[in-house]
Amino acid sequence: MIVFKKPKYVTVPQEDKKEMPEGLWSKCPKCGLIIYKKDMAKNLHVCIKCGYHFRIGVEERLQFTLDEGSFVECDAELVADNPLGFPNYPEKLAEVRQTTGLSEAVVTGEGSILGYRTVVGIMDSRFIMASMGAAVGEKVARAVERACERQLPLILFIASGGARMQEGMVALMQMAKTAVVLKHINAAGLLYVTVLTDPTTAGVSASFAMLGDIIIAEPGALIGFTGPRVIEQTIKQKLPEGFQTAEFLQQHGMIDLVVPRCKMRETLARILMLHQGREHSAGSP
Amino acid sequence: MPAVLDFEKPLIELESKIAELTSFSEEKGLDLSDEIDNLKRRADELKSSIFANLTPWQQVQLARHPDRPNTEDYVRMLFEDFLELHGDRCYSDDPAIYGGIGLFQGTSVTVIGHLKGRDTKENVSRNFGMAHPEGFRKALRLMEQAEKFRRPVISFLDTPGAHCGIGAEERGQSQAIAQNLLRMSVLRIPIIVIVIGEGGSGGALALGVGNRTLMLEHAIFSVITPEGCASILWKDAARAREAAEALKLTAQDLLSLRIVDEVVPEPLGGAHRDPYAAADLLRKSLARNLESLKDVPPEELVQRRYAKYRNIGSVGG
Ligand SMILES: [Zn+2]
Repeated sequence: MIVFKKPKYVTVPQEDKKEMPEGLWSKCPKCGLIIYKKDMAKNLHVCIKCGYHFRIGVEERLQFTLDEGSFVECDAELVADNPLGFPNYPEKLAEVRQTTGLSEAVVTGEGSILGYRTVVGIMDSRFIMASMGAAVGEKVARAVERACERQLPLILFIASGGARMQEGMVALMQMAKTAVVLKHINAAGLLYVTVLTDPTTAGVSASFAMLGDIIIAEPGALIGFTGPRVIEQTIKQKLPEGFQTAEFLQQHGMIDLVVPRCKMRETLARILMLHQGREHSAGSP
Repeated sequence: MPAVLDFEKPLIELESKIAELTSFSEEKGLDLSDEIDNLKRRADELKSSIFANLTPWQQVQLARHPDRPNTEDYVRMLFEDFLELHGDRCYSDDPAIYGGIGLFQGTSVTVIGHLKGRDTKENVSRNFGMAHPEGFRKALRLMEQAEKFRRPVISFLDTPGAHCGIGAEERGQSQAIAQNLLRMSVLRIPIIVIVIGEGGSGGALALGVGNRTLMLEHAIFSVITPEGCASILWKDAARAREAAEALKLTAQDLLSLRIVDEVVPEPLGGAHRDPYAAADLLRKSLARNLESLKDVPPEELVQRRYAKYRNIGSVGG
């Protein structure tokens, strides 16, 4: 278990906001606390005051979850095409690749968690809100197939705004692709765990995200089919506090566990152990 | 008064002129057959030229046409002794999803589909064909029952999308759709999907994993409504026309993209102008497709269906 030093923090009144050096400080959207970014990183990008889980990218997720140096990426060469010839989509992709350093919205590969080998996939919401086009669908499908080939469990960290509009029906059909391919993992008796992070909505939540044998979510994560703003516009009323949060889904029987980021690694390791037995761990947890 | 789309107007006007002239000639006992024949010829030409050059946005309007035959209409025209079945056995009966058993040319089949209303009142009670989780679960229940009795499933797609609201989220809209996608893929019976009107995103796809996907000529199938796409991408819902073009949502486009397997022709002018002719054309296609799957062993049905969805989407790199 990793122990973190209690980070120092200061509270800055609202009106001083513009004087803060851009990029060094973050403001907690839930409690308003202004946090030094370095301190936040030490606390796994979780607010030290209220426990708000900031969104994190692939790199942080790997660092916080997998054994150091254990991850090997696969299928990195799979990237989006422009199957519909959608206007400005290639430009959009180029721009996002430039700013994020990512080639697509999901990174997949193999690694270990406290010694337990697993196939893993991590979605990154900075990449067009981790929307699912053909490349994302294909990478997820191949991760499932790899788990079957290698007789390993599969853990997917989900974040997504849904199907990628610019790939139209090709994107929508990735919902079917990623769902149907899971029949293999079921037939092989292999474990499939999904970790739903902020936000998990629409076409991705309504396909492979909700099909885990065990479904975990990070505290406070937005999870749903239709996004809250669209629901509010449609029903013309405010949604109740906490609607579509991880905790709300757990109350309604839709997910198994809400696990804070600081406990994610050991929780996943325990789930892997419970499905494989202790002797399967390569290291010593 | 039937709904009339803008681009249909010149045609409707010409047709009413013909009707007027015909009744006038009968009343007065005058022979105006030359003029009438002339106008009829012009009407036919006009109809051909309008429908040969439909824009994607016009296709969207046709697909949503309030007089377009809905799932219940096709069931009435295509199946005998249809018996509607109700409920998901968990929560309730969703009127946005229609389903039951009927005979198609003498063979028992299970039919499911989204059901839009005929008028405002029915649309309100059927939620405009937008299903709740219990609707998707009812459809799945009926499909799994079809598997038990080795009945083919015919699934009609016609919905603006899955229902969006508090109850739907509480009862697991995402979970219900995801389950249907996975469980439809392993059913050991033939499944034929027919997009008859509006194929709206995940709510349509939840009934849409089949061995064969047929699409009516003027139906659409889209990841998002053109209005939704325009307002998200360009912050302007008024640019829906442009979005309709970019989204490649017409039957012809989706045939080229190999998302659908076959385009079912409609009578000239669209299914709403002649529902019986539309049903006849669909019957032919449905019979041929059912026949082609009749003797395929169950494992192979599952395998072929799997391969179809596993292979959708071209990726560079
Ligand atoms: Zn906070």
